[in-house]
Amino acid sequence: MKFKVWLGVVAGVLPAALVAIVLFLAVYSWPAIHFNGPGFVVRDVWNLGNLYANPVTVHGVQIQPGASYGILFLIVGTLLSTLIALLLAVPVGVGAAIFLAEAVPDHLRMWISFFVELLMAIPSVVFGLWGYVVVIPFLSRHLFPFLALTIGRVIPFFAGPTGSGYGLLTAGVVLALMIVPIIAATLRDALVNQPASMREAALALGATRFEAMWRVTLPGARKTLIGATFLALGRALGETMAVLMVSGNALNYLPRNVYDPISTMAAFIVSQLDSALQDPTGLAVRSLAEIALVLSIISIIVNAAARLILVVWGNVQRSMAV
Amino acid sequence: MAIAIQQAPAPLPRRIRLSRRIVSTAGWAVAGTCLLVLSVMMVWILEVVFVRGARALNLSLFTTITQGTGGGLLNAIEGTFVLSAGALLLSVPLGVASGIYISEYRFSRWASVIRFLADVLVGVPSIVVGYFGYVALVEWGGWNFSVAAGSISLAIICLPYICRTTELALRQVSNDLRDAAYSLGATDRRVILGVCLPAALPAILTGVLLALAVSVGETAPLLYTAGWSNYMWDGHLTHSPIGYLTYAIWTFINEPFASANALAYAAAFLVTAFVLVINIMARFVLDRRARR
Repeated sequence: MKFKVWLGVVAGVLPAALVAIVLFLAVYSWPAIHFNGPGFVVRDVWNLGNLYANPVTVHGVQIQPGASYGILFLIVGTLLSTLIALLLAVPVGVGAAIFLAEAVPDHLRMWISFFVELLMAIPSVVFGLWGYVVVIPFLSRHLFPFLALTIGRVIPFFAGPTGSGYGLLTAGVVLALMIVPIIAATLRDALVNQPASMREAALALGATRFEAMWRVTLPGARKTLIGATFLALGRALGETMAVLMVSGNALNYLPRNVYDPISTMAAFIVSQLDSALQDPTGLAVRSLAEIALVLSIISIIVNAAARLILVVWGNVQRSMAV
Repeated sequence: MAIAIQQAPAPLPRRIRLSRRIVSTAGWAVAGTCLLVLSVMMVWILEVVFVRGARALNLSLFTTITQGTGGGLLNAIEGTFVLSAGALLLSVPLGVASGIYISEYRFSRWASVIRFLADVLVGVPSIVVGYFGYVALVEWGGWNFSVAAGSISLAIICLPYICRTTELALRQVSNDLRDAAYSLGATDRRVILGVCLPAALPAILTGVLLALAVSVGETAPLLYTAGWSNYMWDGHLTHSPIGYLTYAIWTFINEPFASANALAYAAAFLVTAFVLVINIMARFVLDRRARR
């Protein structure tokens, strides 16, 4: 019995780490939370103030004159890039999972799945390198002008100017590739494990194999698909290095079209810490901690939802994406 | 009957409407294209990393330290291993212990809480962990950029992976083994440490290897905890920054100098090759065990 208690205490390090992260960020960013107020998430300006002036005290917090912190442009950038990533990744992931589960022979399936799912193992900074070196030139020279001339005629958000290649759509494309394997792997597992009898019944009724998959097997795995999409959402929201390298790191700028530079909450923390450290009052660094706090709470909610959907509702004990 | 259908799908009757056949064929074509796109992207990434990386590789990378925007990567290679080793040193005992707890006492409420929070912790963005490390260890703890701060941040990332893979490894151990041990009068401790753990050891080690791959590939948690150094590690746990390979990828690819870009490609080659080799090895170990 003592052994169990001892193990239980050691295992408590996991919850402790999670609590410590949220608590430390909350305590550290408290002066910033107090100063920024709820307007933090709707203001569209990140301004350290006049760094050469003497600090002034506002609402009991020392700030540089003119300092104002708002992250609307980051929230917009994060949500839009994640949305684009999901819009690209969910159909491709579903298609790949369907094909792997049904059209690929058993002995090949394992190898092809493994090869495609190795994408999950590639470090995000390598995705960033790939995006920076080859995807940006490719998209900005070939795909973006084409998109602007075709879709751009119909949907103004896709119209030019197509910019440098660093921007919202590029970030969305790179993010999409990072999250597709999560969706494909989890869904393929669920599809293969669907009861064969339903599929056979559909075939016996004269459905084609595709109809049996699309109308019977796939709907049976919809809870897994929703859960996996939440997992992918959580990953895309918090992705840092790849976005940092391809998004253009916009500051105080809302994208006017899909090619415009953006920044996300995660990438902004990395790109701004150096300049935030120039603020002698430390409020800029604390405001960055507030961003990290917001991001951690969002990701905790999204991931908790994903696990509840997968484990409780969808009865999946473990997805491929850990 | 079921087997017969799976092996040879019933031939479609001729009378299926043409429109349905077209939709079905088009459906498979679209699905196949999705898979093809994914595979092509994977090949493209590997091509960029390995072809350009191989061109940048040479012996002096492994023998000299970084000098400005050139030189070698010895300091970064050493740093990556020091940081990852530190992370594993911290996260393996804790992770394996908590994995044992949530597997062997899986019906207790505390176990389900930990299992759930481990899954949530996996999803916390690595930059959040990194910024926590900066705030708590570098600033508040006063350690400055250091091996200790970097390793602890990485350990937080590895911990839930190791915990969950240990749990799954132990769940593969047959209950007959546990029953047999208990019937001989063994205590919980003997059963777990003497019977279950040895049986699950290969799978647990696989999980540890995968956690090592994750820690070698991470960048964001280290940027503001480990810092960067052009020199070899001086052996101090705190107050001295250390280099690592992923930082070299991120920084040196942005430099306008060919020598710096070559360092970035070489670092990307090393990191990706290491991560992929570990994943492939882990897959073969797991696969061999699964077939047995």
